[in-house]
Amino acid sequence: MNIIVVGLSHKTATVEIREKVAFSPTQMEKPLQQVVALPDITEAVIVSTCNRVEIYATTRDIAGGTARLKRFLADYHHLALEMLEPHLYSYHEEAAIRHVFRVASSLDSMVVGEPQILGQIKTSYGYAAEYKSSGIILNRFLHKAFSVAKRVRTETKIASSAVSVAFAAVELAKKIFGDLSDKTVMLIGAGEMCELAAKHFINTGVNGVMVTNRTYERAVKLAEEFDGKPVNFEDLFDQLHKADIILSSTGAPHFIIKPKEMEEVIRRRRHKPMFFIDIAVPRDIDPKVNGIENVFLYTVDDLNGVVESNLEQRKVEAAKAEAIVEQEIGQFFKWLSSLEVTPTIVALRNRFEEVRKAELDKTLSTWKELPPDGQKRLEALTAAIVNKLLHPPTSLLKQTGQGNRTDLYVDALRSLYGLETAGQDHGMLELEE
Amino acid sequence: MNALFFYLTLGLYFVATVAYLVYLVKPQQALGSAARWIISTGFLTHCAFTFDRYLEAGHTPITNLHESFSFFSLALVGIFIAFDRRYKLVVLGSFVTPLALVLMGVSTLFPANIAPLNPALKSKWLFFHTTMAFLGYAMFGIAFGAAIMYLIQSHMLKNRKLGAMFQRLPSLDTLDDINYRCLTFGFPLLTFAIIAGAIWAETAWGTYWSWDPKETWSLITWFVYAALLHGRLTTGWRGRKAAILSIVGFCILLFTFIGVNLLLPGLHSYK
Repeated sequence: MNIIVVGLSHKTATVEIREKVAFSPTQMEKPLQQVVALPDITEAVIVSTCNRVEIYATTRDIAGGTARLKRFLADYHHLALEMLEPHLYSYHEEAAIRHVFRVASSLDSMVVGEPQILGQIKTSYGYAAEYKSSGIILNRFLHKAFSVAKRVRTETKIASSAVSVAFAAVELAKKIFGDLSDKTVMLIGAGEMCELAAKHFINTGVNGVMVTNRTYERAVKLAEEFDGKPVNFEDLFDQLHKADIILSSTGAPHFIIKPKEMEEVIRRRRHKPMFFIDIAVPRDIDPKVNGIENVFLYTVDDLNGVVESNLEQRKVEAAKAEAIVEQEIGQFFKWLSSLEVTPTIVALRNRFEEVRKAELDKTLSTWKELPPDGQKRLEALTAAIVNKLLHPPTSLLKQTGQGNRTDLYVDALRSLYGLETAGQDHGMLELEE
Repeated sequence: MNALFFYLTLGLYFVATVAYLVYLVKPQQALGSAARWIISTGFLTHCAFTFDRYLEAGHTPITNLHESFSFFSLALVGIFIAFDRRYKLVVLGSFVTPLALVLMGVSTLFPANIAPLNPALKSKWLFFHTTMAFLGYAMFGIAFGAAIMYLIQSHMLKNRKLGAMFQRLPSLDTLDDINYRCLTFGFPLLTFAIIAGAIWAETAWGTYWSWDPKETWSLITWFVYAALLHGRLTTGWRGRKAAILSIVGFCILLFTFIGVNLLLPGLHSYK
């Protein structure tokens, strides 16, 4: 049985294409059942996120199965295959395993190391399990992918640093204030970046938000959005001392906050630290403000610098993660190969034969008055017993041919008779989650 | 037996310090907990050493420089372990254990023999006065470590040098909090130590205060920390300013402890 992957991602397709082939998470039953109903396809999991749409499946016929999955993606979304084809990639066997392990470990993400993808794959797998489109191989495969992702997360620092400006701002604030839950964020002016950063702070959990704007109505509107308090722009310096984290992005052509005012503000708040993030171009805050004790000023460029160096660090960590993935592929691939019917029958037969030989030798070596043809007859007798016992499982395996149940039987046989299976240390029952 | 405990402690402190310093470069959890175990074991053998010596001498063993340095180190490690439980901050060890190790090391430079105690000094005040003084010293020692960490961290934040060290050090708020806590514990301890000393001096020497160099410098130390505490409570001195004052205060404290004994002759210069 082979694992194949067909799909497209942010690396091969623009968002216009990706949204056309996306599957709605509320209606996964239909596509999943259609995929497993395809000839040659035995199991399937569909992963659909805003950055990728992928089908993981098992098949006997790699070329045929891959072609059918591609055709399915086009047909299901009523698209011409010729249009879709150039954006699609496909992997099989080791490459497919590598791909899924890398995706789950967030090595294939747009922002390497971002944590959402693992949860998204878990959800997708949940649908496949619910609608029974995944079986013994994909079950084990995805659980393995989850544990690889977990290993990558704990053994490397791939996800430990902020790689967006907004997150970097939150991380920095934590290094200054420790706990943010009793801190107040103030927005001066408005702007996409400013609001995004404010949202990140709110999600992290801050005490409150204050909003000020040159036009008071604007401030009121934005304050409502953030469940905050509007402040009149003229009162800025009467209120500024109440804010711990200040996000500033006004369209003012000159500095709004200068050292002279800040000296007074910091005194009023008894020198408690303040963290300024100046997002405006031209800048709102005089860089000399950074020279005041307990005031920390960062501009967008500074934050970008933080993000870039974090990205560099992630690259180093990603190399370590790739090594982990390679290690795990080998192990899983061995297990997968062991599910083949013929080698299993041979192994089973050898096991029985071993036992028969051993027991026979034991009897013969102590049996003194053995009749002349005794040995021959005993040989025949024991061989017949073994053959009789082996006949039903062997023929059943050959009969059911190649399908989901065969894998189940093969796996069971290997476990029951202790036939050596690579990766046995990760038996189904031991898998977490 | 006594020497065995002593050198065992010294060895354990050495290994713990190395572990804590390596942790600063390679922060691995296993290393952190190993360091914690080693320093805790060292603390136990150190207690054993001190108690054994107490039994042998028949009084609190802080009557010569060998014992004093060792006791300072003991108090520092003890307080560090307590802070570590509260803040779960392994890196604090990277800044505090070296100090404990140095104190222990310096202790070996002085003769370890137990000299008979001046009968006038035989009093329960010996225990109170010295123990409180050294617990106070230890508190300020921790504040010193946290202050150095604060200065490094705030320097990196101000200059946007957000490297590996920045990641490892805790938030400015945590460090300032440690500094404040040390001050609120250390200052009363130092105050009581001075008061206990005065009472003891009255019974032993017949006068509460004799402007002995140790007394004078203790008072100077006390004033520095009093100023810091006052500044913190009234005008909101914090952060860098508090950190710098903690470092200055600790340097004066070290002079009060070592310099006075070695350089300025007086009633307290037990050697």
